[in-house]
Amino acid sequence: MAFTIKINGTNHTVDVDHDTPLLWVLRDVLGMTGTKFGCGQALCGACTVHVNGQAVRSCITPVAGVAGKSVTTIEGLSPDHSHPVQQAWIELDVPQCGYCQSGQVMQAAALLAKNQRPTDADIDEVMKGNICRCGTYQEIRAAIKRAVVIKRAANQNAAQGVVA
Amino acid sequence: MSTNLSRRNFIQVGAAATGGLLVSVYAPDKLRAATTPAKLNAFIHIGSDDMVTFMIHKSEMGQGPVTALSQLLAEELECDWTKIRTEFPGVDPAYGPLQGTFGSMTIRTSYNSMRQAGATARMMLIQAAAQKWGVDASQCRAENNAVINTVTNARASFGSLADDAAKIPAPKNVTLKEAKDFRLIGTSVKRRDTTDKVTGRTPFGLDMRLPGMLYAALARCPVYGGKVKSFDASKAKAVPGVKNAVEISNGVAVIADNTWSAMEGRKALQIVWDEGHNANLTSAGIRKEFADLTEKPGANARKQGDAPAAMASAAKKVEALYEAPYLSHAPMEPLNCTAVVRPDGCEVWASTQIQTAAHQIAMKITGLSADKVQIHTQWLGGGFGRRGGADYIGEGVEIAKALTGTPVKLTWSRDDDLQHDTYRPGSVTKFAAALDAQGNPVALTSTVACPSFAGLQNGVDRAAVEGIANMAYFGGIPNAQVDYHVPPTDIPTSYWRSVGYSQNTFFTESFIDELAHAAGKDPVAFRRALVAKSPRLVAVLDLAADKAGWSKPLPAGRYRGVALVDNLGSFNAQVAEISIDKGKLRVHKVVTAVDCGQVVNPAIVVQQIRSGIVYGLSAMKGAITFDKGRVQQQNFNNYEVLRIDEAPEMEVYIVPSTAAPGGIGEASTPAIGPAVANAIFAATGKRLRKLPIRNEDLA
Repeated sequence: MAFTIKINGTNHTVDVDHDTPLLWVLRDVLGMTGTKFGCGQALCGACTVHVNGQAVRSCITPVAGVAGKSVTTIEGLSPDHSHPVQQAWIELDVPQCGYCQSGQVMQAAALLAKNQRPTDADIDEVMKGNICRCGTYQEIRAAIKRAVVIKRAANQNAAQGVVA
Repeated sequence: MSTNLSRRNFIQVGAAATGGLLVSVYAPDKLRAATTPAKLNAFIHIGSDDMVTFMIHKSEMGQGPVTALSQLLAEELECDWTKIRTEFPGVDPAYGPLQGTFGSMTIRTSYNSMRQAGATARMMLIQAAAQKWGVDASQCRAENNAVINTVTNARASFGSLADDAAKIPAPKNVTLKEAKDFRLIGTSVKRRDTTDKVTGRTPFGLDMRLPGMLYAALARCPVYGGKVKSFDASKAKAVPGVKNAVEISNGVAVIADNTWSAMEGRKALQIVWDEGHNANLTSAGIRKEFADLTEKPGANARKQGDAPAAMASAAKKVEALYEAPYLSHAPMEPLNCTAVVRPDGCEVWASTQIQTAAHQIAMKITGLSADKVQIHTQWLGGGFGRRGGADYIGEGVEIAKALTGTPVKLTWSRDDDLQHDTYRPGSVTKFAAALDAQGNPVALTSTVACPSFAGLQNGVDRAAVEGIANMAYFGGIPNAQVDYHVPPTDIPTSYWRSVGYSQNTFFTESFIDELAHAAGKDPVAFRRALVAKSPRLVAVLDLAADKAGWSKPLPAGRYRGVALVDNLGSFNAQVAEISIDKGKLRVHKVVTAVDCGQVVNPAIVVQQIRSGIVYGLSAMKGAITFDKGRVQQQNFNNYEVLRIDEAPEMEVYIVPSTAAPGGIGEASTPAIGPAVANAIFAATGKRLRKLPIRNEDLA
C-alpha cells in the first residue's frame, strides 16, 4: 500500500504493508538511519521521533497511523545542529557510544517544547523511558538544564531583535 | 562492477542511485581526504591537502579512543587538531596479533606506542623538510601542521612534505616529550564524535546500507545447544517482503527486503527443534549445583599461611554464602552484521570489539584466504564485552554465503540479544574468616563456583576468581585459601564489563564489611589497616571518605556504604549515599576517588567512571534466569536496567599521577554494588548476599 508522510518538511510516498512500523520505513525504505532500533516494544526510547510535535516511539507506530501527518526525525531537528538541545549536548559532550542519543535528544526537545523550566522531577518523568546503557544520565540532566538557558537566551535575543 | 564494495565506493554508488540522500548518512567524517594520503606509518596518513588521517585501531564504543588516541598521536606529531580526521582501519598485523578492544587496555597498550608513532612521523616530516631546504634536520622543528626552519623561519606544511616523508626510512629511536611539555595529554579535549552523535550522522553497524542489500532475521533454538530438526517456511514466505528462508548452522534465517518483513517472516516460520541436553535446565537447578560445589574442596587459586589452623583457634568466626546471577550485556545497539560473500572475496561491516576474531570466523566460513576477507569496523552502539564474540558475525557471513553475491544485513532483536547472549556467569561463593581478640582478621577462605570461559590453568580460571584470589586485603591477612570449582554447565558465558570483578568485588567488599562490623570497627578504618601496604589504595580510600564526609553525620534517613577495588591497573574507592523510603531504594549520591595513573583525557575518565557506576547499578537490578532450558527475559520490561530517575549524582575525584596509565573503562563497575549493599546494611541491618535486590531486602 502507498502512504504519503511528511518527514522533515518533505513529502515521501512509500509502498509498504500498512502495519510496518514508521521506524523501519525511515531506516530501511528511506535510508534515514539517524532514528535507532533498540527494543521494538517502546521500552527504550532509541527510536523516538516527533509526530505533529509529539514524541512517539516509531518502533510501535504503524506507518498507516502517520499518513498525512508531519514527522520530525533527528535529521530534521535542525539543519545545522543549532537546536538548543543539540547545542547543550555538544557543549557538555553528553554522548558516549551515542547510539541512544538520537532518541534522547528528540525526547528532550519534546520536553522543552512544552515545559520551559523543567524540574528534576519533570526531567525524570519524561526521560525515564529512554535507556542509556553507557549511563550518561547525569550529563543528560545537566544538558537539559543548559538547553533551557540557551533557549531562553535565544528567545530574548529574538525578542530584542523584534523591538529594535 | 567493482568487486570491492568499500565504503568510499559505496558513497559514490549510493549518491548516484539516490540523489545524494545516503551521502550525508554514510560519510563518517565531513573532513574527507581529497587525495590518496601518504602513509607515514600504520597510524598516520597525511594528504597533500594538509589533512592528517589517524587510523584508530581500537573500537569506539563510547569509551573514547577516537579522541584519546588522537591526543596521543597529535601530541608528538605536532599537527593541527582541526586538520585531523579519523578512520577505523581493516585487519592488519601492524595493529597487533589480536586486533581488538578489551580488558580496558586501549590506553595502557597505546600510551607509548601511539606517541612513538606520532614522534616517528614527525621526524620523517622534519627530515623531508631538511632535505628540501638542504639543511641539517637539527635546524628544523615541527609546529602546528608544519615544519619550521629555525634559522630562516621558512615554513613547509605537512601536506607539502608528506609524499617525500613517506619515502624516508622510519627512525628507530625517537625521543618522546616529557610530561611537563604536554599540550594535549592530560587535558579535557572535547570528544571528536559528539556532533555526529547528536545529529544522527554517526554510522553504527546497524546503519550499514549497500545497493541491493537484503535483510535477515535468524530463528535460533530457544534452548542453548539445540538444533533444527525440520522446518516449514511456506507461511514465512507468504509474509509481504519476504524473499527466502535459508538454514544455517545456528538456525533458520528469513531473508526479506526490509528488517520488519524479515522479523515478521521469522515469526511465521514453523520449526521443529531438537532441544538437546539443556532442555531441562532451570535457575534453581543451576543454583543448587553451584552451591553444592562450594561445600567441597576445589582447585587451589591462592594459599598463604595455614588457614585451617588459624580458623580452628580463632576468637571469632564469620561465615557467609554469596550469590550473583547470570547477566546480559544488553548494549543499546542490537547485534548485527552486514556481509557480502563472492567466490573471490568477502566483506564484513560490523560493530565489533575484536577484528581478528571477526576476520578468522569469516575466513573459516568462506574458506577464503586472509587477504580476500575484509573487515570494516563500524561505530559500536555499546560493547561491554559482548562484541568481543564473533558469533553474530559468523551468522551474518553464513547467511551471506548462502546468498552468494548479494549483500545482506542480519539484525538481532532485543529478544535475541537477551536470550542468546554470552552471559556474565552466575556464581555462588562461600566465605569464612577468623578474627583475633582485637578484631583483626587472621584468616580468610573462599570457595568459588563459577563457570569458566577464559581457560583453566591448574584447574583455575583466573577470570572467574579475579577480585578474590588476588585481592589486596590478603596483604593484611596472614592465612588465606581460595578454591575454585568449574560447574558443569555449558550456558555460553564471556567477558562482561569488569569480568570476574563484577561479581567477586560485590562478594569480597560485602564480606569485608561484614568482618568490619563483626570486629566492631569503622568500615573505612578497617579497610585502610588491611591495605596499608598498598599506598595507592589507601590514598583513594582516604580521598573518597574525605570528599563524602565519611566522618560527618548524615541527615536523618540517609545511610552510607563504602567499597574499594584495584583492577586493570587502576585504584578505585566509592562511597554511596542512600535512603530507603517505603521499601524503595534511592541511591542519592556516589563519591568516587580514582587513581588510574597518567590521565590522557580527564573528562573522558570522569565519563567512564560515571558510566561504569550506572552499569554496576544495573547489575543490582537485572538477572538472566532459565526455565526449561530457556532464558525467561525477553526485553527491557523484564530485564531491568537503570533509568534516569534512578541515576545518582556522581562526583569523581582523580588522584594526580604520573604512574603508567591504568584501565578506566571497567574500573568503576565492581565497587558500586557493594558500596550500595553496605549502605543498605547500614540502613536495615540486613546483609544483602544475593543479587538482584529483592523487595524483602529493603523491608
